[in-house]
Amino acid sequence: MTSPKRIGKIEFGLLSPKSIRDMSVCKVIWPDTYDDDGFPYPKGLMDPSLGVIDPGLRCKTCGQKQGDCPGHFGHIDLAKPVIHVGYTRLIRKLLRVTCRECGRLLLDKDEIERFSALEDDPYSAETIGEKDIKKERICPYCGDQQFKINFEKPTSFVEVVTESGENGKIHKTEHKLTSADIRERLEKIPDDDLRLLGIDPTVARPEWTILTVLPVPPVTVRPSIILENGQRSEDDLTHKLVDIIRINQRFKENQDAGAPQLIIEDLWELLQYHVTTYLDNEVAGCPPARHRSGRPLKTLSQRLKGKDGRFRGSLSGKRVNFSSRTVISPDPNLSIGEVGVPLAIANEMSVPVRVTKQNIEDIRSMIRIGPNRPTLRDPCGANYVSRPDGRRIRLISGPDGNCDTVAEMVESGWKIDRQLRDDDIVLFNRQPSLHRMSIMSHRIKVMNGRTFRLNPAVCPPYNADFDGDEMNLHVPQTEEARAEAELLVAVQENILSPRFGGPIIGGLHDHISGIFLLTNQVKWYTKSQFLYLLKYTSMEHLPEPGKIEDDIPYWSNKQAFSMILPDSVNMFYKATCCRNCDPCTKDTNCPHDAYVKIVDGQLISGTIDKKSVGAMDGAILNRIIRLHGMKRAREYIDDLTKLSIRAIMFNGFSYGINDTDLGKEEYKQIRDVLDKAEADVAQRINVYEQGHLEPMPGRTQEETLEMQVMKELGKARDRTGEIASRHLGFENSAVVMAVSGARGSMLNMAQMAGCIGQQAVRGERIVRGYEDRTLPHFKRGDKGSDAHGFVRNSYKSGLTPTEFFFHAIGGREGLVDTAVRTSQSGYLQRRMINALQDLKVAYDGTVRSTGGKIIQFKYGEDGTDPAKSASGLPVDVKGIAESVLKEAV
Amino acid sequence: MTRLNVLFHEMVPDHQIMTPEEVAKLLADYDITEEHLPKMYHDDPAVKACGAKPGMIICITRKSQTAGEATSYRLVVRRPKK
Repeated sequence: MTSPKRIGKIEFGLLSPKSIRDMSVCKVIWPDTYDDDGFPYPKGLMDPSLGVIDPGLRCKTCGQKQGDCPGHFGHIDLAKPVIHVGYTRLIRKLLRVTCRECGRLLLDKDEIERFSALEDDPYSAETIGEKDIKKERICPYCGDQQFKINFEKPTSFVEVVTESGENGKIHKTEHKLTSADIRERLEKIPDDDLRLLGIDPTVARPEWTILTVLPVPPVTVRPSIILENGQRSEDDLTHKLVDIIRINQRFKENQDAGAPQLIIEDLWELLQYHVTTYLDNEVAGCPPARHRSGRPLKTLSQRLKGKDGRFRGSLSGKRVNFSSRTVISPDPNLSIGEVGVPLAIANEMSVPVRVTKQNIEDIRSMIRIGPNRPTLRDPCGANYVSRPDGRRIRLISGPDGNCDTVAEMVESGWKIDRQLRDDDIVLFNRQPSLHRMSIMSHRIKVMNGRTFRLNPAVCPPYNADFDGDEMNLHVPQTEEARAEAELLVAVQENILSPRFGGPIIGGLHDHISGIFLLTNQVKWYTKSQFLYLLKYTSMEHLPEPGKIEDDIPYWSNKQAFSMILPDSVNMFYKATCCRNCDPCTKDTNCPHDAYVKIVDGQLISGTIDKKSVGAMDGAILNRIIRLHGMKRAREYIDDLTKLSIRAIMFNGFSYGINDTDLGKEEYKQIRDVLDKAEADVAQRINVYEQGHLEPMPGRTQEETLEMQVMKELGKARDRTGEIASRHLGFENSAVVMAVSGARGSMLNMAQMAGCIGQQAVRGERIVRGYEDRTLPHFKRGDKGSDAHGFVRNSYKSGLTPTEFFFHAIGGREGLVDTAVRTSQSGYLQRRMINALQDLKVAYDGTVRSTGGKIIQFKYGEDGTDPAKSASGLPVDVKGIAESVLKEAV
Repeated sequence: MTRLNVLFHEMVPDHQIMTPEEVAKLLADYDITEEHLPKMYHDDPAVKACGAKPGMIICITRKSQTAGEATSYRLVVRRPKK
């Protein structure tokens, strides 16, 4: 391996016409590529001395074959100089800061002295800019009057010549500078003045920014492709070069024939246009050159720029082997550390194994199976065998295959590419990879079907769902990579998020509903019911029954949950379903069973819900990790998901349209509340219109009215929610989900059963639309609740047409907000990662850049790994106290 | 004209110019040269107020959300033009 070298300095310069001619192997004058017989025209754009792209041929210049020959530059002699678009800013600056006559910098000796005094560092970026020179002054050296130079996009410069006429009148005449004029001026600038401007004249004379000779890139840079019908299709660059040569030749002919000035100028402009678009086809103020099909050409600058350009697309972006991608789907029977892989993928992907004396028999049997493992239950086969001399043999199955012969040949020291099998470790990833938990390692379970299967509890770190999401899978190929994947990247090592120092993996949706239904209040189960709940968990012994009635033993629901807890857990807290009653009954008498009390791994009281098991909450999981480590935590999650799914299936869980139905009495109450609120609003509007409304401090009457109306209607909506929830209890699935924190809120329920409420845009009632009104259905100036987006219906009862329209307006705002947010945060993320990607924590606890520069003297100022912290704090005092005292602190 | 001394403002952390001995110890502790330190410009209001010149190293002690109090060290450098 070559030793790494440090870059001392990088010098940026310009290609001089001389160096362009020196490196050129061919002067290109023929504006075409291949003749009718398919041979390249000599001195054409595909001249064989420019390099080879056809296999088998040898390069005329260096004699090497295709692939070895790097290609060689040619050149085009331009009839007249043209401006290089990339340097228009520099040209403008130079024209403005130097004398039009003698080319000297427009500063006298004292001024120059001042600037050079600042420069003690030869590489400092302190250079003279346009602002340092006063406009339209007189040259301190030759005394010539200077004029204003205007730059007109994309490539023309105009000098505004001011002359004072006879009677003191000032005449302004615009004089267009040709590229030749500009080149002449730039040539006159002395080397010493250029150094003051931050230009090193030995590598970059300013007149080199005006092209007199154009380099023609080698054909290897712009290979032509042969289409299926045998036709050649040239690269965009070649097309553009053809244009340039054609115009250039015509220009020369006209020049030689002594064509009138007008025609010469037109051709010059055309040549400038072609050279400009050849360099950059997205210049402002210049129509892009197009392909015959109307597609803009991809010229030099477009090859480099942007997401799919050379830098971001080809150099930073890499494609990898040993990866696969397919749709994901859930499988709660898998452990969170496993991933189900389709047999087809497991057959295609492989792990290299070195053949040794110890494993040679296993290897032989794998080779005999070959590349087609017929079913899941079969042992894995192999796809390739590599000999020590580097030859690779592809295994072919079937009667004509080579599996058996290769199996006989194989000996120690060879390598085979073995197919994936159960318990192989792989990396699993879902884009966008926004944090480190977006790539975690799983163990494989080969399965039937065509999708990757994963436990739904690992969805939160990937932010995955199963509405068609696809995920990527990578197979580590070395022992080191596998060790890292297992010790650092494994799912169980990433349960705690470095974002907030708590578990990011946990139950979701049905897990929370299920465990809530199981543990809420006290329920008693017979032996068979108890076993039904727990049969898929890792329970080993049935506990003592909680009570015996009529000689029948019963176990409580709290006992069922306690079965999956380690014995040493002691916790005391309020669950999500806590209603914050005043005064709190504390302890075990809570009417809502919201006070969780766990002593020695036994759930004494309380309901297990989102706060206990939810993803990003998971108080119990957090405690288990602190007490018993990651492995036990993983087992707990596996048990929890299985228990909760059993629990929710115990009674079933569903929701239908009739679950939003309320009683007659409730509908009447809701109607009364809304009628009263609307009447109240109407009355306030009346007061306002008569001008009697007392404005609130710092607000106009109108603003006051708007606020009062919003408040009144908001209150009415909340009251309908209260009425609805009074009617709906835990027999209603939506209530269970809202109270347990599984999904949705009481507000969503209120909107389904009671009233949707006020629709808002930017926090205000809807006012946009027609003149003085939102829709033609209302009178002008109507301030009533219905005219400004109050929806009094529920989703169940259905919306009126105007309500529906307002609801769509409010809904659209939400969509636009999310779209804007994701694009902005994506860009922010990109910038952050570019700035921080190479920083690392050194062994002395400092954060350093790759150059060893210190960024932070102690990581996070306290040296604490947030993923190992207790919600940001170095020590979990409450947890330790609870564990020791076994009572609430 | 009396000028406000920014160092007395409650939101400006403590800036102290380090003695050559302290600097030598700092550089030895972290096994670095001055170039590896974070920088601050000579015309920074706090630098001007405590009278540090380019090439000096300032010890800044600030309140920290995570650690209570955190110290960092910065090398004073000239601000390049533009």
